[in-house]
Amino acid sequence: MYQIIKQILKTGIKTETPPAPDDALRVEAQHLQGEILRHLGGALAIRCVDAGSCNGCDLEIHALNNAYYNLEGLGIHFVASPRHADLLLVTGPVSRHMETALKRTYDAMPEPKLVVAVGDCGCDGGIFGTSYATCGRVSNVIPVDVAVPGCPPTPIALMQGILTAVSGETKAGKT
Amino acid sequence: MRLDQFPNKFPKLPGVAPIWHGTVDAQEFRNLCEQVARGGGKLVALWGSDEVARDAGYALHVSLVTALGMLCLSLPIAVERPTFPDISDLFPAANRMQRAVADLLGLHAAGNDDHRKWLRHGSWPRDVHPLRKNFDGSAAFTTETDAYRFVPVSGDGVHEIPVGPVHAGTIEPGHFRFSVIGERVLRLEERLGYTHKGIEKRFESMNLEQGARLAGRISGDSTVAYAWAYAQAVESVTGTTVPPRAAALRAVLLELERIHNHLGDLGYLGNDVALAFGFAQFWILKEDLLRLQGELFGHRYLMDKVVPGGVACDLDSSGCDTLLKFFGHLEREIATLKNIYDEHAGAQDRFLTTGRVSPDLAAQLGLTGLCGRASGQAWDLRAQFPCAPYDDLEVRMATHRNGDVAARVTVRFEEVMESMRLIRLLLKQLPPGELYAAPGDAPENVLGLGWVEGWRGEILVALHTGKDNAIHRLHPHDPSWQNWPVLEHAIIGNIVPDFPLINKSFNLSYTGQDL
Repeated sequence: MYQIIKQILKTGIKTETPPAPDDALRVEAQHLQGEILRHLGGALAIRCVDAGSCNGCDLEIHALNNAYYNLEGLGIHFVASPRHADLLLVTGPVSRHMETALKRTYDAMPEPKLVVAVGDCGCDGGIFGTSYATCGRVSNVIPVDVAVPGCPPTPIALMQGILTAVSGETKAGKT
Repeated sequence: MRLDQFPNKFPKLPGVAPIWHGTVDAQEFRNLCEQVARGGGKLVALWGSDEVARDAGYALHVSLVTALGMLCLSLPIAVERPTFPDISDLFPAANRMQRAVADLLGLHAAGNDDHRKWLRHGSWPRDVHPLRKNFDGSAAFTTETDAYRFVPVSGDGVHEIPVGPVHAGTIEPGHFRFSVIGERVLRLEERLGYTHKGIEKRFESMNLEQGARLAGRISGDSTVAYAWAYAQAVESVTGTTVPPRAAALRAVLLELERIHNHLGDLGYLGNDVALAFGFAQFWILKEDLLRLQGELFGHRYLMDKVVPGGVACDLDSSGCDTLLKFFGHLEREIATLKNIYDEHAGAQDRFLTTGRVSPDLAAQLGLTGLCGRASGQAWDLRAQFPCAPYDDLEVRMATHRNGDVAARVTVRFEEVMESMRLIRLLLKQLPPGELYAAPGDAPENVLGLGWVEGWRGEILVALHTGKDNAIHRLHPHDPSWQNWPVLEHAIIGNIVPDFPLINKSFNLSYTGQDL
C-alpha cells in the first residue's frame, strides 16, 4: 500500500485543460436536438460501438480515459448499456454484419440522443468504402450529429467532437 | 516426398525470409501436412484463390513452419470438383480457416463434417462467393437473418449466457455463447465475423503501391507489423533490397509498437482485477510514448511509416537521445509497477491459475505468439528465423510454462524490457544511408510472402501478383486465427466474471480475423 501511495504522489496530477468546441465539425444536414445540455445536467453518458473499425480509432477512445485527458473529470463517462447513454460514439465503416446491431443500439437509447461518428471511415467509409461487406459511413445507417475525421482522430479531436455535440445550439430537430 | 527434402525440391522465394514454395497434388499436400504435424511443426495460414481467368481453376494455399523454415504449398483445384483434403484433424486451427475459404471462395474441405459458415453472416447468400473473380465487390444483397447453429449444451441446471456482438466495454464486436452451471463455465462458443469489411476483395482493386495503406489498417493496433509484412511481400516479388538504415528503423518501429501495446494491456489487466491504480499508471506511460512517437515520427501509432522499399520517416541523433532518455524513465517506472503488481495479493489472486492453457494443450491446438510463449511454446520469429536487422541482435525470447493470466502478464513485462534493449542496440549502431529504394515492377502471377513477429504473434501477408503491378489476390493472416479457438478452452472451469480478464490477457484482434 505504501508503494502505491508513494507512486501516486510521485506521479502527481497529469490532467490537462480540455479543448474548446469546434463548430466546423458539426454535420449541417443532421442538426442536434435542442435542450440537450438542460437534459444532461452537466453529465454525459457515452455508449461506444465499434461498427467494423480496424480498431485504430478505438485505441484513441481508450486513451480518452487516461489521466492526461481524464474524460471522467469532465463528467463524461462510458456506460455498458445504450439504455443509460446520452451519446453514441461509433467507429468504423459500418460492416453489413454490424448494421442490425448498430441500429438496435441506437433504438435502445432514450431520447434525446446524440451520435458522433469517429474517424475517416465513420465520416465517409474511409479506405474500406462501401461494398458487399460494408455500408460505408455511419450516417448511411443512423442519423449523425457530429463527424470527427482523422485516421485515427487524436484524443483532443475526439474530445472536441464530443464537446461540440453536447454544446450545440437549439435547432429545429433532427432530419 | 520426405519433408526434409523440401529446401532442395522446391524453389526458395526471393527476399529475406526463409520461405520455400511448391505446387503439389492432393495426395502430396496431405502427406506433407501430416509430416509437418507429426514433426511438431505449425500451420501459419490457409487461404484460397480464384485462378479461373488463367485457366487454372482454383487453388488452395497453406503456409507451414518446420525447423528448416517456412514451407508454402499450393494445391490446384478443378472447377468441376471444388474440394481439397481436410487438414483440421492435423491442425485444429484450420477448421475456421477452411470454413472461411468455403464462404469466400466456395472451396470445401472434403471429409470435414463441420459445414457451418464462418465469416458469412446474412449479408450475402450461401451460393455467392465474394472472392471469386466474377463477383462484383460493390454488389449489395438484402440482409437475411443470420441463422447459426451453436453447439447446444444440456443437462440439469445448465443455462446459456449470450454476450455480444456489442459488448459492455469499448472493445471490438463479437458474439460469445457461454453455457454455465451457476457461475462456472462449461463451454464457450465464439461467433466472429461481425467486422468483416471485405478487406481481401478491396486489395484486389488496388495495385502494389496503393495496397500499403490498406495493409496498415487491417488491425490498427498492429499497423507496423502488417505494413512491414506487406512491404516484405512486395519487396520479394519486385526483387527490392531495403537499405540497412530503413531495415533498422523498421525494427525500431515494430518494437515501439510492441511496447505501447503491452503497456496498454498491463494497465487494463490491472483494471480488470480492480487495481485501477495500474490502469492510471500504465496509461500515463503509454500516452507519454504515443506522444513521443507522434513527435518523432509524425503519427502516434506509426501508421504508414513502413512502406514497400523502406520507411517514410527518419530519426536524427537528437531524436535518438530523446527516445533513450524516455526509456530510462520508462524502465524505472515499469520496475516500480512490476514490483507493485507482484506484491499485490488481490491482483495475484486473480491472475494466478486463471484461464490456464497447459503447454500440452497449447501445442495440440497451435497456440501462437505472446500467448503461446506464456504456455511453453518457445517460438518467436525474431529468435528462430531472424532476418535483418534481428540477425545481429540475438533476441531473448520470453517463455513461461504456467499458461495462466499471470504468465501472460509476466511475458508482457519481460517483452517490454527486451524491446527496449533491442531498440537501444539498434540506435547505437544505426547505419547511415538511404531510407528508401523504389521497388521496380513485379512480374505477373508470382507469389511473395511477408512474415513478421508482431506484438500479438506472427503475421503473414501472402501476395499473388496480377498484370501491371496489380494485386491478383492478397491474404493477410493474423495470429488471432490460431488463438481465438484456444480462448474457448482457456475459460473452461473458470467463473464467468473472470472471462473479461482472460479475454484481455489474450487480447486478440477481431478485425484481423474477420477481414
